Amino acid sequence: MNTPPERLPESSPQSNATGKIPHIEVSDLTMAYDGFVIQKGMNFRVRRGEIFIIMGPSGCGKSTLLRHLIGIKAPTSGSVRFDGLDLWGVDDVTRDTLLLRMGILYQSGALWSSMTLAENIALPLSAHTRLSRKEIAELASFKLSLVGLSGFEDYYPAEISGGMQKRAALARAIALDPEILFFDEPSSGLDPISAGRLDELIVHLTESLGSTAVVVTHDLASILEIGTNSIYLDIETKSILAEGPPGDLLEISSSQNIRDFLSRGQGSKLSESPSEGHKL
Amino acid sequence: MKAKPPQITPSMQCNDVVVLALSGDWCIDAKLPPLDTIIGFLLQEKPKRATLTATDLGSWDSALLTFLIRLSQVLEQQGIERDDSTLPKGVLGMIALSQAVPERQDAIRDQIPNDFLTLVGHHAIWLQKDFFRLADFIGEICIAFGRLLRGRSRMRWSDVMTQLQECGPSALPIISLIGILMGMILAFVGAVQLKVFGAQLLIADLVGLGMAREMGAMMTSILMAGRTGSAFAAELGSMTVNDEIDALKTSGFSPIEFLVLPRIIAMFLTIPFLCLFADILGIFGGSIVSAALFDVSIPEYLQQLNVRMRPVDFEVGIGKCAVFGILVAVAGCFRGLQCQRNAASVGLATTSAVVTGIVFIVASDAVMTMMITALDLLKR
Repeated sequence: MNTPPERLPESSPQSNATGKIPHIEVSDLTMAYDGFVIQKGMNFRVRRGEIFIIMGPSGCGKSTLLRHLIGIKAPTSGSVRFDGLDLWGVDDVTRDTLLLRMGILYQSGALWSSMTLAENIALPLSAHTRLSRKEIAELASFKLSLVGLSGFEDYYPAEISGGMQKRAALARAIALDPEILFFDEPSSGLDPISAGRLDELIVHLTESLGSTAVVVTHDLASILEIGTNSIYLDIETKSILAEGPPGDLLEISSSQNIRDFLSRGQGSKLSESPSEGHKL
Repeated sequence: MKAKPPQITPSMQCNDVVVLALSGDWCIDAKLPPLDTIIGFLLQEKPKRATLTATDLGSWDSALLTFLIRLSQVLEQQGIERDDSTLPKGVLGMIALSQAVPERQDAIRDQIPNDFLTLVGHHAIWLQKDFFRLADFIGEICIAFGRLLRGRSRMRWSDVMTQLQECGPSALPIISLIGILMGMILAFVGAVQLKVFGAQLLIADLVGLGMAREMGAMMTSILMAGRTGSAFAAELGSMTVNDEIDALKTSGFSPIEFLVLPRIIAMFLTIPFLCLFADILGIFGGSIVSAALFDVSIPEYLQQLNVRMRPVDFEVGIGKCAVFGILVAVAGCFRGLQCQRNAASVGLATTSAVVTGIVFIVASDAVMTMMITALDLLKR
């Protein structure tokens, strides 16, 4: 039987979450690959306007959970609901409509390498809106300017740096003004300054667009800086160990694992002096 | 300074305590003392506690650490309590680091069977699954093609044009070279035998009919499997690794419509022309060998071709090649989209695309040849 996760009250002053209706509701979700269970019995809710962090050690299933939330992988059991609609229980047309309400920033950026940055942003616009070509081109330039990439419309992804690719990918993610933004390890591969700027951009864009953000990361600076609520996935029990604002989890969580995770392992065995009792 | 040889000296103290004294330089280029001596000593003396000392220990590196880890396992097996607190802090710190992350017993790992029958069964199950995945994939292509015909597809014709360039003009140099050589080889191999009967003129029949009906189509398709089918797999595989395929799906695009259809259409449209081109160059190559080595002039060669060959000979070869082209493109795209999310998998997908493409070509050629024979299409 699973131990219920530790739940802390959502008391963070920086939270701008609105309403009581969950934007995303995950119920009894079990994730598995070829019969190998990665996480089981997951339950959590993401409220509208939150920046919700999914954190945990490497290999605990964070990115896999994201793939379940964005409709790429079907759950082994359980459900993922958006505004009450079960992503995997509705017909294909409804699911496609639901997916268009999401914007996703992949860990690698995942810009389509055969297209320019403007074309990358224009593609979803041309497929899902009735805007003219000129309007689409203007909108693509505008989205690029939002992420500080004005003038790079005709560049190919391979011609710009990793940080710029991430920003361009963010511009594509917000192309259709999504209600929910998903971020998979947004700061991976970036220097601390670029990562900090990207974090600012995430906060700014979610506030401006009124979007909900779900961020998969184990970057402590990002977690503590931008997260308004979070869950911690445990690799040993294969379940959610705790839920609550990251700052509160760091301060008052009863779990040593979580406090270690949020304090870079301070107080763990590694920091102990070998002369103070460590044995082979 | 000369390095001292590494040594571990066991000695018994009172109260069943053994002292294991480490001395010398424990480096990876030194010959380490055998652990068997220590094991023998421990079995003989049966101590309850072991104290490791390093008073005369010189320089050390990973050699000492691995030795100590093995030694600690031996002590543990024999139920001997150990005290290593007097070892250098660096040694203890490194060993602690190596044991800081426990090995995960339940990590996902493919179980590789180790006996023949299990291996055969394993492959049979894989083949069965692969067959059903391929059937699914072909079904999806048919649905996407239906949407294209009804004007509801999101396929971009600009992508088809790009792929046309890749599949057609870019492949001309290699098709030309192999086409001419194939014709020359056919002519030479055939002519050596035909000359015995004084029937060198039939070289034209051999090369013309051989190239038009079979060799031109087969050779062009196999070249396209190696050149373009593998490129499709590598391209789509890299897109999978970079999450570009997932990005397409979550942006509301079907990878089949967006990536696979343009490639199949481009291959279907270009490969018949490549086949015709290869046929003509093969026949040309045959004429060169005939004229140069077997006293068959080019006008005689052409006259014989004119007598023996009919349009249907070319049509059959080109028709076959169009089917091969579709199969090569399907194999390339199928393997590319099957790619796992790592770089090594892209290489495997590429190899697999070529092998699958060639298997498809040979199998479908056998089926089509039987059909053509049954329908008497080449009857004179």
